[in-house]
Amino acid sequence: MSRLAEFFGQKIKVINLGIPGFAEDLKKQGIENIHTEWRPPAGGNKKIQALLARVDAWQSQVKAAKGAR
Amino acid sequence: MLIDIQEANAKALSAIQAAQPVIKGIDTALAVVPGMNKNLILHAGPPITWEKMSGPLKGAVIGGMIYEGLAASPAEAEKMAAAGKVQFAPWHEHDGVGPMAGVATASMPVWIIENKTNGRRTFCTLNEGLGKVLRYGAFSQEVIDRLKWMEATLGPVLKAALELAPEINMKNLIAQALQMGDEVHNRNKAGTSLLIRELAPAILKTTFPQADKVRVLEFLHSNDHFFLNLSMPAAKAMLQAAEWVEGSTIVTTMARNGTEFGIRVAGLKDRWFTAPAAIVKGLLFPGFEEKDCNPDIGDSAITETCGLGGFSMAAAPAIVKFVGGTVSDAMNFTRKMYEITDGESQSFQIPNMDFRGAPTGINILKVCEKNILPQINTGIAHKDAGVGQVGAGLVNPPMKCFEDALEAYVEKYCQN
Repeated sequence: MSRLAEFFGQKIKVINLGIPGFAEDLKKQGIENIHTEWRPPAGGNKKIQALLARVDAWQSQVKAAKGAR
Repeated sequence: MLIDIQEANAKALSAIQAAQPVIKGIDTALAVVPGMNKNLILHAGPPITWEKMSGPLKGAVIGGMIYEGLAASPAEAEKMAAAGKVQFAPWHEHDGVGPMAGVATASMPVWIIENKTNGRRTFCTLNEGLGKVLRYGAFSQEVIDRLKWMEATLGPVLKAALELAPEINMKNLIAQALQMGDEVHNRNKAGTSLLIRELAPAILKTTFPQADKVRVLEFLHSNDHFFLNLSMPAAKAMLQAAEWVEGSTIVTTMARNGTEFGIRVAGLKDRWFTAPAAIVKGLLFPGFEEKDCNPDIGDSAITETCGLGGFSMAAAPAIVKFVGGTVSDAMNFTRKMYEITDGESQSFQIPNMDFRGAPTGINILKVCEKNILPQINTGIAHKDAGVGQVGAGLVNPPMKCFEDALEAYVEKYCQN
């Protein structure tokens, strides 16, 4: 038996990230799953992601400088 | 700059938690509000010019000018306002708050709230009740007559009663109101009842004529929202304690003038971040449609900024009959607000969430990163001056306010 066929013969274990509708559809088909709420940082807004990254980088520097004292 | 944001925010949150707002008394705005003068008209929300004001705010300005004797007619008031003969300023820049249009003039009696922890004071006018009222932009003779009665009788009677009553701690009163099904923004039934319990014996002890005392008590009894004009300056006093903690990303103000929504942040002293105010979605009174609604208006979102109102909707399941949605929605709104706040109130507990503290300390970094906006519940004003309230509902601030604040924060602090 190929590994692929072996895979499809197994009980499916699903972790769903983000869109709850996917988890609900699987549940309706009797497939157990765990749903985790997730959304891209800043709703995917690249400008805001870059600003938040700058804050993170600055805070890492601050913590490092404080640690070095 | 060696600023640890977590430490700065912990300092801001700690100041909010430590605040002890008490009712200090009542006096005219001219006597107690910093920077007040006869020609100054205070309003809700961020700064705005006469030209950009919405219908209800313009109406309230006209009514305020007639009440104050600055103009003899609506036409004269409009002409003077357009010609720059009166000054306008946000309540928030004078240590106060005003519901809906939020207009206050020099002679109006105002509540004085004092934070016993730092000695600072906040102010708010007295609530006029429902129907044709100034805060919704009405300026007919009955509105002016009621304001005159509030100046001549309601204010003085309550002022005298407060001098005879034991000190009223607003944090205690709000905490009790939350246990009794209020969220102290759009449901103030319990808070108003508790206030009447505190004040009624003292009102009876004053030397005012019996008829005045009866009318004052009847006025308080007839207005479920009377407490709102106390919960707001109490919330303002708590948040004022976090102004202006260097480096903090905690929101200290959310306010609307009917045209724009504005926020201020502890670490970005005095700066407003504004964007067009949204239309409130909710339950409209019979006969009104969405096209009748004015955009979001009022300083009452100070309650949400402090973890009350929409943030504590789980404490007030009955409110969904007024603002729309279901009880599960109310619970979910509160749960979601924990994701964008840095702490939980040590004073305001939500009984049906196992007495969990209300979500407190909105952090702009969390709002931006999680893309979750603060949840506000609010009254809806008719877009035309003087019509009044047309419903109540739910609304969020524009994300742009928080994004612009983040950008300004990075410019100010991040040198990397």
